[in-house]
Amino acid sequence: MAIGTLAGLFSGLFGVGGGSVIVPLLILWLGYDERGATATSLAAIVFIAGFAAAVQGVYGNVDVLDAALVGVPAVAGVLIGTWLQQRLQQRVIALLFAAVLVASAVELVR
Amino acid sequence: MIGTVVIGLAAGVIAGLLGVGGGVLFVPGLVLFLGLDQHHAEATSLLAIVPVALVGTYRQDRYGNVHRHDALLLGLLSLAGAAGGVALANALSGTVLRDAFAALMVIVAAQLVHRALRGGEAGKKS
Repeated sequence: MAIGTLAGLFSGLFGVGGGSVIVPLLILWLGYDERGATATSLAAIVFIAGFAAAVQGVYGNVDVLDAALVGVPAVAGVLIGTWLQQRLQQRVIALLFAAVLVASAVELVR
Repeated sequence: MIGTVVIGLAAGVIAGLLGVGGGVLFVPGLVLFLGLDQHHAEATSLLAIVPVALVGTYRQDRYGNVHRHDALLLGLLSLAGAAGGVALANALSGTVLRDAFAALMVIVAAQLVHRALRGGEAGKKS
């Protein structure tokens, strides 16, 4: 219950799916394994992001064309990602991704 | 334009792989490559996430990894929070929102490092 509320607030506020909140909490609080947590998180995100996007649409902030520009290649990407996940050690990728995030954060604020 | 497509592709791979990162890459990508302001980038990111999460869920479900009941419960419980979050985002200035987002990225990064370092035993079990 707390996970859902927190994830929703995060998602709406920051325009992200909420997976960064859901995944660790499913693992820590509900004892999920990594794959079960990421998979279940993705399913919950469908509802969360869909609803939050609709509310943002009411505020007139959604650029549909730009969403397609990143969203369509990302659909191809997620197929590759889920395929890889069944076969790969995730540790290296997680660390690389963390580095990308920190670099982007610096770029964003600069 | 090409940068945007690359960001989209990368965000999708990360989303499938780690269950995070659709939005956490979409938002900076939209700001840095397409020049959207923070509010528009966040809203647009949310819409872009929907098909990604939908396809990712479908694939993961075929691998038998989705706990459907919990996912539905989580999704429904999040709706009120999501509405509150959107209202809050629209009440904040772009600069405040941008700095908060950058902080979120660093926190997500730290948490990923933590998961990766701790994941040795947990990762093998699954």
